[in-house]
Amino acid sequence: MAQADISIKPTELQGGHGHPDKWKWYDYFTFNVDHKVIGIQYLVTSFLFYLVGGFMAVLMRTELATPNSDFLSPELYNAFLTNHGTIMIFLWIVPAAIGGFGNYLIPLMIGARDMAFPKLNALAFWLNPPAGLLLAASFFLGGGAQSGWTSYPPLSEITANLPQTLWCVTLIMVGTSSILGSVNFLVTIWKMRVPSMAWDQMPLFCWAMVATSVLALFATPVLAAAMVLLLFDINFGTSFFKPDAGGNVVVYQHLFWFYSHPAVYLMILPIFGIMSEVIPVHARKPIFGYKAIAYSSLTICLVGLFVWVHHMFTSGTAPWMRIFFTISTLIVAVPTGIKIFSWVATLWGGKIRYTTAMLFAVGLLSMFVFGGLSGVTLGAAPFDIHVHDTYYVVGHFHYVLYGGSVFGIYSGIYHWFPKITGRMLNEPLGKVHFVLTFIGTIITFTPMHNLGMQGMPRRVAMYDPQFAHLNQLVTVGAYILAVSVIPFYFNVIWSWMKGKEAGPNPWNAMTMEWTTDSPPIIENWEVLPVLTHGPYAYGMERADEVGPAGEPLPTSRP
Amino acid sequence: MQGTVDSTPVVTGHEVAAHEEHQDLRVLGLITFLASEFLMFAGFFAVFLVFRGSHVQWPPEETEVELLLPAVNTLILVSSSWVINLGTKAIKKNDLAGMRKWFGITAAMGAIFLAGQVYEYMNLGYGLKTNLFSNCFYLTTGFHGAHVFIGLVLILGVLWRSRRANHYNDITHTGPEMAEIYWHFVDVVWIVLFSLIYLLTLI
Repeated sequence: MAQADISIKPTELQGGHGHPDKWKWYDYFTFNVDHKVIGIQYLVTSFLFYLVGGFMAVLMRTELATPNSDFLSPELYNAFLTNHGTIMIFLWIVPAAIGGFGNYLIPLMIGARDMAFPKLNALAFWLNPPAGLLLAASFFLGGGAQSGWTSYPPLSEITANLPQTLWCVTLIMVGTSSILGSVNFLVTIWKMRVPSMAWDQMPLFCWAMVATSVLALFATPVLAAAMVLLLFDINFGTSFFKPDAGGNVVVYQHLFWFYSHPAVYLMILPIFGIMSEVIPVHARKPIFGYKAIAYSSLTICLVGLFVWVHHMFTSGTAPWMRIFFTISTLIVAVPTGIKIFSWVATLWGGKIRYTTAMLFAVGLLSMFVFGGLSGVTLGAAPFDIHVHDTYYVVGHFHYVLYGGSVFGIYSGIYHWFPKITGRMLNEPLGKVHFVLTFIGTIITFTPMHNLGMQGMPRRVAMYDPQFAHLNQLVTVGAYILAVSVIPFYFNVIWSWMKGKEAGPNPWNAMTMEWTTDSPPIIENWEVLPVLTHGPYAYGMERADEVGPAGEPLPTSRP
Repeated sequence: MQGTVDSTPVVTGHEVAAHEEHQDLRVLGLITFLASEFLMFAGFFAVFLVFRGSHVQWPPEETEVELLLPAVNTLILVSSSWVINLGTKAIKKNDLAGMRKWFGITAAMGAIFLAGQVYEYMNLGYGLKTNLFSNCFYLTTGFHGAHVFIGLVLILGVLWRSRRANHYNDITHTGPEMAEIYWHFVDVVWIVLFSLIYLLTLI
């Protein structure tokens, strides 16, 4: 069904003949349809929001350094805790991991010139900046939403109505962006691989993005429905979630968590994909269990749609539901464990290069195992009821989101920065960044588990003085994390301008994105590449064994 | 094997490579998107069913639904799905006039449906805020109505574009095809909606 009027001709992409060889800086501020421009737009925007969300966290931790409320007003504290969560999820991890890496890498990995729907792709990105601005505006129009990132009614319906409305609109916008992006990813991966690439020759990042996109496609619209209902309750006098008029607040929780539990897989599946790319390259070994990793992504996607009630064990949930959702939740640990063991087995006996990308990947492994185990404990209803709404939960999800997702994004940046910019990041500075992040993460989030088990509730600005010491420790950790981003941002900006030239394939990696220039030319390749070997065919020839900068390594092998 | 993918040309010559085209994926993209869209309606339906199950009197006494007009409306909307299909069948045989005729009739039927919906709203005697049932009723039918409106705009867009010579023909007809798929989607959602909100009140 090839039709002349719609297909994307290379010449159309660049707006006619005589197009530039590469984009100028101002092209990155326009409605550009090149997937690489869009990927960079997503990444840069989300890294800016990361600073905003992080700044809020630092202010909150400063408040929590003492048991009394003496730094932020209670309303401002609530607004920060709401928007810290919202920004970090919807404007940092999701756009960075899915929008940024997904858009930049997928066409390059499968040998396509662009995504299937470039204009839709640009539209999906450009929904994000206005969404962020709306959230910022909500601070000046009534002090920001106050009811936490979950915005449970009735709280969300009786506090700060206008900011809460803006918050709902923000979520609908980023949700729409996410759905449009997923449509694009699915169709692109399905239909636009180079003819020589079969499904089981795709890089595992693409498999992870398939699972991510399916989840986003099926879960996000339900969140949109919840947001619409909440919006109507707040502004148009309906009573869906107003118990006094026959409504039901638990219905909101079901709708919300039907999206927001899969959302945690949205934030970690692309990261799993990044792990599966980074580890074989820097361990110089074929990935262990390609199919197991690929299919476990799909399993997580499928099972992940049926576990949402484990967030609601204390919401008057029926006993049979507690049992069902405890079991389904614990099942998720199986495919996740398969991935963890596969990565460990890939590392085993490899010629590991301790690059910063690899350090973050290995750091992620240890962090994620810890966070995953605390997740298993939370999945069990009896324990969950004990620690529900305490700092144990905060500790758990920061371990998987910071120690998991953020470590993974860092790892991906160190790995693909040479491809994206054509220049290497500074490795010593990267290692400083890693050490600070690793130590900071442990100091910040580990004591939270203790605090939670001792009974400290989450979302409070004031607390019992007996918790003061551990809280001070957490605050110190948060400051270390705040400092840790300085070498990173400095490294990125400095290396982008002055870093060492990377060349097409600085890591001697075997996936397709490394066969073109760094940065890739506008249509990715002069002529499309043909697949001649699998994505992880390392160690087949001694000639592959060269260091990060191409220097020969000692060839001795155990 | 030096660790790089062999860049043997798939098509010979630079000039050819610069003009390679990929197949039209828009239909596939639309179906993927509609799968997602359906889940949003599923969310509304689930909310409706939960409330229905947890209230003794549903719908409450002063907010009964009208049945005759929506039933006629249902007939119109469901049969319009056949009509629009005749339209795309026509264009696949390169019959532009036929396509314009059938698409025109579909648009008229869609407009009648929307008008009927508005008429129904005006004569119900209760509004969005009256009670929980009316909340659900207006929200769900209203959202569906908005989708009918979008479908109508798509159909009118196809009609508008079809004025251009040879814009749609037996080979190039993705636009009409997508409008048809969207219209079927709107139709399917309505059938579920009609069964849940109207027919279930009979039981």
